[in-house]
Amino acid sequence: MVFFSVDKLEPICKDIRADILRMTEAAGSGHPGGSLSAVELMTVLYFNVLNHRPQELEWSERDRFILSKGHACPVVYAVMARSGYFPVEELLTLRKLGSRLQGHPNMKSLPGLESSSGSLGQGLSVANGLALAAKIDKRDYRVYCLMGDGELQEGQIWEAAMTAAHYKLDNVCALVDYNNLQIDGKVEDVKGIAPLKEKWLSFNWHVIEIDGHDLEQVEKAYAEAKQIKGKPSIIIAKTIKGKGVSFMEDVAGWHGKAPNSEELEQALKEIYVQEGSTLKN
Amino acid sequence: MKMKPTRDGYGEGLLELGKTNPLVLVLDADLSKSTRTDWFMKEFPERFFDIGIAEQDMLGTAAGLALAGKIPFVTTYGVFVAGRAWDQIRTTIAYAELNVKIAGAHGGISVGPDGATHQALEEITLMRVLPNMILVVPCDAIETKKATLALASLQGPAYLRFTREASPVFTSESDIFEIGKSITLKKGTDLTLIGCGPIVYEALMAAEELNKLGISTRVINMHTIKPLDKETIIKAALETGAIVTVEEHQVMGGLGGAVAEILVQNSPVPVEMIGIQDTFGESGTPEELAEKYGLTSRHIIEASKKVLKRKTCRA
Repeated sequence: MVFFSVDKLEPICKDIRADILRMTEAAGSGHPGGSLSAVELMTVLYFNVLNHRPQELEWSERDRFILSKGHACPVVYAVMARSGYFPVEELLTLRKLGSRLQGHPNMKSLPGLESSSGSLGQGLSVANGLALAAKIDKRDYRVYCLMGDGELQEGQIWEAAMTAAHYKLDNVCALVDYNNLQIDGKVEDVKGIAPLKEKWLSFNWHVIEIDGHDLEQVEKAYAEAKQIKGKPSIIIAKTIKGKGVSFMEDVAGWHGKAPNSEELEQALKEIYVQEGSTLKN
Repeated sequence: MKMKPTRDGYGEGLLELGKTNPLVLVLDADLSKSTRTDWFMKEFPERFFDIGIAEQDMLGTAAGLALAGKIPFVTTYGVFVAGRAWDQIRTTIAYAELNVKIAGAHGGISVGPDGATHQALEEITLMRVLPNMILVVPCDAIETKKATLALASLQGPAYLRFTREASPVFTSESDIFEIGKSITLKKGTDLTLIGCGPIVYEALMAAEELNKLGISTRVINMHTIKPLDKETIIKAALETGAIVTVEEHQVMGGLGGAVAEILVQNSPVPVEMIGIQDTFGESGTPEELAEKYGLTSRHIIEASKKVLKRKTCRA
């Protein structure tokens, strides 16, 4: 497996962001906000962390990734395409009739997806099941699961949190995309989830808090999680919804709305301008 | 007549699977004694997982196990699995066609004194509306064991419904059981009783009485609700001209609804439906409840006479 240095990952993240915007613009709908916030988490995972073979999907020893917040599938489709699962051009079929890239992930239509999701709160349980099977069979694969912060309002997440700790599933690494926005507004205003670190600690998890847009911190967090034995780990990644596009950043309205062509053009300019000369200036 | 709860058949089925199929795992949600999964737990503790009182998580965990190639049997009361975890079954399991076997205990009003909250009366409706789902409602302990074994060797999501109370064991080990193929227990030409679950025995008793009255009554054990044995239902309608469905479940969307859907599209004949008529249950002994909610052989005989009158009016 080839490892990518941070300066190699940065341009990949830009491409992933551009993919998310292009595909949602082409679809005319979709969820750019919570996809853009998870770009670094997903890019590092697919390019540097996952032990996987995009050309050998049924490889039994592969690490698994479960997308619990299914609406963020644009970022997953983009990292999958960019890491060799399917052609990048196919991204533009998102949400179209007959596309393998369904509006929410369908593992039956797109090989390489490890589960189908869309109804929130269910992924961590699935990740636990995969991890438990690895324990039973004495296999070394690890299971990663991305959850939204608003999603943590779902009760099943906390059932699963107890299960993972009870069965000592140290091969589970959960990720929270903590962008603090959900459809109806700020998570803390809709129904607060803080203090998040303390909650997971009290559920007997190893907790790692990071800036979810700092590639070095993301890398280190995955490495730390891998070293933890006897308990599951969770990376609470502080992020910005719509990250990378000035008019989308930290705006709840961009949860489930696609950019139009003018907005796409502006967004792409922002993403690809050199550092220090963003349109914000 | 030997009496045995269908849940015992499930417990025995799991025990046999434990010996013959290493992929089989059993999950329960704190009801292992009642659902009989504790029999498996004692023999195969390393393949049994109590997920605690967390049904939604149990279904999700089972989905993950199935993704890894295991054959998980998730078990709890029907109300809590088909009802509470329906979305998990729909989105994570049925949509992805995962090989999860769902066992719903305590189906029907015969659960008795625990009352309405624990009497599952809706699972047939809830499960048969899901694409990819297989749904089996066996009639006695022997058939439940066979169904348990059959589901393990079948790929894809499936639901098995069984009951709490001891009920007559009226099939034999040598009877052939095949998912999707109903069993005609009695031949007849005037009328057909189509039932599922232990209440099929009441249908058999009713048929004996009806035959004494000179009414030639066919009895079909429709143990698989999905995929439904359409051909046999249509044939019964064409040959006998009147149908009574018999179930310990809401008729709305239940076996009654399922049979009616087939008949109106293919061979409409008068139908009467024995079952729960859009109401919740209540506490009482199973016998009292069967009497009050119209689930005895006497009620089936009354419904049969009624449907025959309607058949005559038409003719």
